[in-house]
Amino acid sequence: MSQKLKAVIIGPGNIGTDLLMKMQRSEWIEPVWMVGIDPESEGLKRAREMGIKTCATGVDGLLPYVLEDDIRIAFDATSAYVHAENSRKLNALGVIMIDLTPAAVGPFCVPPVNLQDHARNLEMNVNMVTCGGQATIPMVAAVSRVQPVTYGEIIATVSSRSVGPGTRQNIDEFTRTTAGAVEKVGGAREGKAIIIINPAEPPLMMRDTIHCLTETEPDRDAITDSVQKMVQEVQKYVPGYRLVNGPVFDGNRVSIFMEVEGLGDFLPKYAGNLDIMTAAGLRTAEMFAEEAASGTITLPARG
Amino acid sequence: MNLQGKQVTLHDMSLRDGMHAKRHQISLDQMVHIATGLDEAGMPLIEVTHGDGLGGASVNYGFPAHSDEAYLKAVIPQLKQARVSALLLPGIGTVDHLRMAYECGVTTLRVATHCTEADVSEQHIGFAAKLGMDTVGFLMMAHMVSAEKILEQARLMVGYGANCIYCTDSAGYMLPDEVSHKIGLLRAELPANVEIGFHGHHNLGMGIANSLAAIDAGASRIDGSVAGLGAGAGNTPLEVFVAVLERMGVHSGVDLYKIMDVAEDRVVPMMDQPIRVDRDALTLGYAGVYSSFLLFAQRAEKKYGVSARDILVELGRRGTVGGQEDMIEDLALTMAKEKGLI
Repeated sequence: MSQKLKAVIIGPGNIGTDLLMKMQRSEWIEPVWMVGIDPESEGLKRAREMGIKTCATGVDGLLPYVLEDDIRIAFDATSAYVHAENSRKLNALGVIMIDLTPAAVGPFCVPPVNLQDHARNLEMNVNMVTCGGQATIPMVAAVSRVQPVTYGEIIATVSSRSVGPGTRQNIDEFTRTTAGAVEKVGGAREGKAIIIINPAEPPLMMRDTIHCLTETEPDRDAITDSVQKMVQEVQKYVPGYRLVNGPVFDGNRVSIFMEVEGLGDFLPKYAGNLDIMTAAGLRTAEMFAEEAASGTITLPARG
Repeated sequence: MNLQGKQVTLHDMSLRDGMHAKRHQISLDQMVHIATGLDEAGMPLIEVTHGDGLGGASVNYGFPAHSDEAYLKAVIPQLKQARVSALLLPGIGTVDHLRMAYECGVTTLRVATHCTEADVSEQHIGFAAKLGMDTVGFLMMAHMVSAEKILEQARLMVGYGANCIYCTDSAGYMLPDEVSHKIGLLRAELPANVEIGFHGHHNLGMGIANSLAAIDAGASRIDGSVAGLGAGAGNTPLEVFVAVLERMGVHSGVDLYKIMDVAEDRVVPMMDQPIRVDRDALTLGYAGVYSSFLLFAQRAEKKYGVSARDILVELGRRGTVGGQEDMIEDLALTMAKEKGLI
């Protein structure tokens, strides 16, 4: 019997479609359903063409099929506003929810930092923070695992074309959620997040800058080594995650300059910000599947 | 040009844009000293915050000597007639900062976005308008796109609730004809009850000329800065502008001698460096680069041995926008590596 876990994607937009394309290559997750709310949506049409079952009546339309099709994992790529309800309904049927909205109902998940813990605890809802968070928090954690970080600041610069209307209408949610996760997951005592949208043509690749202020003088060698190792960890699921400059040191300031190139699955390669979200979300689901297959965790029982 | 009999509202930037030139280190006493001087001179509006607006305190833009809240609480109670504005860049500041500023007594909220990204301002403009604030949409780096694009973005901001729209020459790149064209189109197409404003930088020495062109084309609010204290080569120097307006018969309500004295006696003595069109500030204007990059590029030059001018020109070529200060050190590192300096 296949050990792949069957999954549903809610939200057939850019993130949902990119996720679907990545999932089709996964050894651990099998995409079965794509859920939307508009029968005419391009995303649902694309999913159908790729042989995926679709439903245009939201999560409610999917519920009767969850047990029948043995759906174990849901990816929510809708909005923070509807996420809580989606999660409640699917959790009740024993479906693990990977939240790609900024709702942050469940604990923040940044794979190389704390995914293993979440998987072992069988968290039924994990939140993937934000694209900026996925691109930068591993670096904050790489510094804070060497020595205490009193302040962590991240600046995410993304191309205008890669930022959808949801993020734009609620940009405060991006800065708040990311800053919170810089503290909770990154390990900085105080976190700050800044997002810049750049409309240059051709679109620029996602750039991320991480500044950490360490409590005591930074241990340059240990931090440099830790950062390089962490970059390799992220590269396992986002090959285009690259250290451009740094870490550079100036007093107690440690600065790291990253670039994120996507795989170019659904959106072009410059949209590394979308890629890092979908890749992190899929990596998270795969970890749950791996842990379930190895018997470390037991998924909710089904008759 | 005949501007005889026109009315214009001047808006002083020395305590916000001027924070860039002072690395955000203006003391509370200096702020109060300058703000009260401006108040006595009849300046109707004074902006007070970190140079990058509410919430700008950061490694990226610089930590200020005091918090936005401390500055606002020090200045506002001392003013007799002037009102205080605050700047907010979505992506940096949030509605929480906005609420704080409102509670401190800020009456004018200016929400600034890059000139093509107005749709990130809906939350903030909407909230300020709901509070009944004088709500301004501030379209930065306006030289980078067409007048039609500026109008399209302005309409979004008006739709969210802005009662005034600024065409902002953040790089000090524009020449008077461009200002006339852009302001003229906004004035012709936006509802009559929406005010139009212009914010200039003096990097090509065009602060005064551009501001006059803006008034001629229909702008009724003009930003400037006493003694020009602002990013790059500074903003339109207000004492000069007031003198020019007097000669042209434009009413601003600001007393010329009093503002001359604020410039000379209160602002110039606290400058860290002369605010002038030096080589690097001129490069900003010539290459169309965000004015607050100036001191960052000069510091990178000192630290990494690569020319500030080369850094700024390359940033312009890459289409860098306001807020991307982090790319200055990044680029300097890359250039220094290429030259074998590090």
